[in-house]
Amino acid sequence: MKTEISFILNGSEVAVSVEGHSRLIDILRGPLGQTGTKEGCGEGECGACTVIVDGRAINSCLYPALEAEGKNITTIEGLQDLKNKLSAIQQAFVDCGAIQCGFCTPGMIISAKALLDSNPNPSDEEIRDALLGNLCRCTGYVQIVEAVKQAAIKLKDTS
Amino acid sequence: MTDFRYIGKEASRPDTPDKAAGKAHYIHDLQRPGMLYGKIKFSNYPHARIKHIDTSKAERLAGVKGVITAVNTPEIRFGFLRDNFTLKKDKVRQYRDEIAAVAAIDPDIAAEAVELIEVEYEPLPGVFCPHEAMKKGAPLVHETDSQGRPKTDNRLPLRFHHESGDIEAGKRKSNYLAEGEYSTPLVQQCCMGTAGCIAEFDMNNNLTLWAKTQIPFLAQRDFNRALSEMGLHGKNTRIIVPTLGGAFGSGLDTHAYEYIAILLAFQTGRPVKILYTRDEEFTNLSPRQSTNTKIIQGCDHNGKLTFRHVEVLLDNGAYTSWGATYPTVMMIPTTSLYRVPSVYFDAQLVYTNNTYCQAMRGYGNPELTWALESNMDELAKEAGIDPFDFRMINCNKPRETTPMGLKVSTCGLKECLESVAKKLDWKKKYKKVKCRGVGMASLIHVGGGARIYRSDASGMILKLDDFGNVYVYHGGVEMGQGMHSVLTLAVAEALGVRPEKVFINPTDTATCPWDVGTHASRGAFMACNAAILAAEKLREKIFKLAEEFFPQEIENNLEKFKKKNPGYKLPDFDVVKAAKRSRFELNDGFILIKGSPREPWLRLELGRLLRAIHFRTQGQMLTTEVFYDPPNELPDFEKGFGNISATYAYGTQGAEVEVDTETGEIKIIRMVASHDVGKVLNPLALKGQIYGALAQGVGYALYEKLQSFQGKILNPNFRDYKIPSIHEMNFPIDLEFIETCDSYGPFGAKGVAEPGLVPTAPAIANAIYDAIGVRIRHLPITPEKILAELKKLKTQTK
Repeated sequence: MKTEISFILNGSEVAVSVEGHSRLIDILRGPLGQTGTKEGCGEGECGACTVIVDGRAINSCLYPALEAEGKNITTIEGLQDLKNKLSAIQQAFVDCGAIQCGFCTPGMIISAKALLDSNPNPSDEEIRDALLGNLCRCTGYVQIVEAVKQAAIKLKDTS
Repeated sequence: MTDFRYIGKEASRPDTPDKAAGKAHYIHDLQRPGMLYGKIKFSNYPHARIKHIDTSKAERLAGVKGVITAVNTPEIRFGFLRDNFTLKKDKVRQYRDEIAAVAAIDPDIAAEAVELIEVEYEPLPGVFCPHEAMKKGAPLVHETDSQGRPKTDNRLPLRFHHESGDIEAGKRKSNYLAEGEYSTPLVQQCCMGTAGCIAEFDMNNNLTLWAKTQIPFLAQRDFNRALSEMGLHGKNTRIIVPTLGGAFGSGLDTHAYEYIAILLAFQTGRPVKILYTRDEEFTNLSPRQSTNTKIIQGCDHNGKLTFRHVEVLLDNGAYTSWGATYPTVMMIPTTSLYRVPSVYFDAQLVYTNNTYCQAMRGYGNPELTWALESNMDELAKEAGIDPFDFRMINCNKPRETTPMGLKVSTCGLKECLESVAKKLDWKKKYKKVKCRGVGMASLIHVGGGARIYRSDASGMILKLDDFGNVYVYHGGVEMGQGMHSVLTLAVAEALGVRPEKVFINPTDTATCPWDVGTHASRGAFMACNAAILAAEKLREKIFKLAEEFFPQEIENNLEKFKKKNPGYKLPDFDVVKAAKRSRFELNDGFILIKGSPREPWLRLELGRLLRAIHFRTQGQMLTTEVFYDPPNELPDFEKGFGNISATYAYGTQGAEVEVDTETGEIKIIRMVASHDVGKVLNPLALKGQIYGALAQGVGYALYEKLQSFQGKILNPNFRDYKIPSIHEMNFPIDLEFIETCDSYGPFGAKGVAEPGLVPTAPAIANAIYDAIGVRIRHLPITPEKILAELKKLKTQTK
């Protein structure tokens, strides 16, 4: 049984029919073609699939697709502007060397965005708390923390 | 030291903007028209005879397009000893043995179909401990070898041995001895992007495989052989490597899932994708081997090492991958870390019914260095010498030849040790504070390729277009480590163009020249050396043609310039006379004549010269190719002798820890890492390599162990298998790079992808010993082990 749902995805309304057992990540990566969101474990342990639902970072691999009805959802594809320019957080990840294989990166950046949206001046501890659910095997996290700090400064300068 | 334009300067990596935008395409994201999804039926027993396989229900399920078993497919063997079978016919030897596979129109149907396959087994007694497996009468994992000759025990037919000097004389000269047995567990690579592939045949029965591999060309050889075994003689495989979500050694072999995708694609006539879930990745992808190492070392009154005796037992698991050659690397620290006159080394690999193992970052070096550097501290204690002083007394030196015949060119180990001691404030902190300790450990690793195969080479093609862009075709693999970043800088530097004009082509066996594989920290070393050679050849071609074309184009420049600047006074300079190939230079994409007046019209944009060369009768376009094979030797591993690498990387890492004696919890206060990197190519990328490898070392030291009971993996998820999260990595890491500018290294650089992992665990263990006097010899160092040892210590002192 498929159900038609609609929600806001990266600023635009989308409609999609979903199975009862579909997860949010399935419809994002499948019918909606948003493959920037990655599936690293399917069990909510690694955070590669993190997206923002109504301002909160969630694991889209654990989130039932039907729950998305009427919600406002941001994925990594929603961060850069129309001119193909990276957002301040994305650019900070590039500039600080916070990206290696890049598989965890979209989820990591989304978690950072959710943090900075609600807390523009996070402490190191607050950054670490916000990224606790995002595993990275490549970087040792050092340059990731630097990137979030740099992004916070840049966002303050531009606002 | 040479002044470089791009090398050594911080540069963001060219692959990362797409990764930051979610636009990089991993195997997970790739689709082919008409693609099916494959799924594998794995064994339910670690050791059993297969009596019957019934696939009829799976075949009848709507949406299933193909079902394969060993019965309806040709036998395809693979593995380092060709002892593994793509689909198992008579017997299973490990839980993850592949029995059947299906291809279906979606992943859910494929998963459902696999559940419908019924297998009847006759369980056999298994053997799960390498010590047990060595005993007489132990169940045989393989009754015959790959040639069909009967096997009488579980030992692998691989010999790794070294003897040098006089061990008995060394023992006699020793005033102090330290003996210990150390072990390391099964550890998973834990790539964030799981394993997968897509196999597709064209109508000529040639195969294209999108593969998560580090060895595209050796894989091509393996798969072409498989095509022959399928009756497709003379057919070819093209390997395309998509963006990799990490590899860490997991891509150094060809895997059963790839052969299965190939068989399913051939049977169904449609592209087939197989993608592992995280559970499958943990359960069915080969981890790092577990090892057991016995060491005895001795030293004299002055702290000089007298001998070193090392025996290693490795649990190979049920089949043999390239990872079975770990001892080739284990010999390096055994014979060559610190100066030791007499060395004995022997390694034995043994089959068990455990999951079979493969390569992981460091390739035997972390395992051996764990034992060696722990034991060095134990020997220092016996001799009553400060562990830092002890290491300095025995420190390696530049231009020495080690007992294994390693020809050391540059060696910055002394500087690394001193740097770590200084950063840790060693003399003030060592043995000073209760429950807080400092420790250090060093490493030697291959830094200039590693010849473990007949060829250690790497080819490169550079192609110029009409706009002065440079296209790089190279068979190495970018798996996240940043090779494309340093390769871009190397091409820009060596050729004389801006990095934005350098484009690295995706790795594809159809377009890129041969490369043995991206392993052994050789990627940057090989690629950049090849780039330097190729750029040199290309510059020669450009400068030769410039003799003919430069003066005419400059004349045009001058005419235009004069029109814009009436009254311009021409400097006294004869362009035609000066336009000699030896006098040209190419900088930032402009050709000019050395020593010429720096007038704006007296330089030529590379693209313009190239267009002048191209668009004429008998025109030309410029391409060049090189094949770089480093000056190293394929060692005789049975004798343990040979200069395996062109140069060697050294490093020392230190840890300061605090141990809670009530809970056994270990807190890392900080870590320092000083590495002889030869020359920093891109500081941003290099830091990332060391930080990341060090974090994997922290996982190895404190958290990671693939738990296995009777061959079954018990913790196939990130809940129960802990890799360091940002929480565990909450301590400062102080890095220092020692630049020894090695003459074999590109711009002086050595390979350094693995060193950050290698000495991390022993540095932490040594710091724990300094903190609480407890020596843990078996990784990982858990609070439970600490408490148990503390309890023992208490009862001993009572």
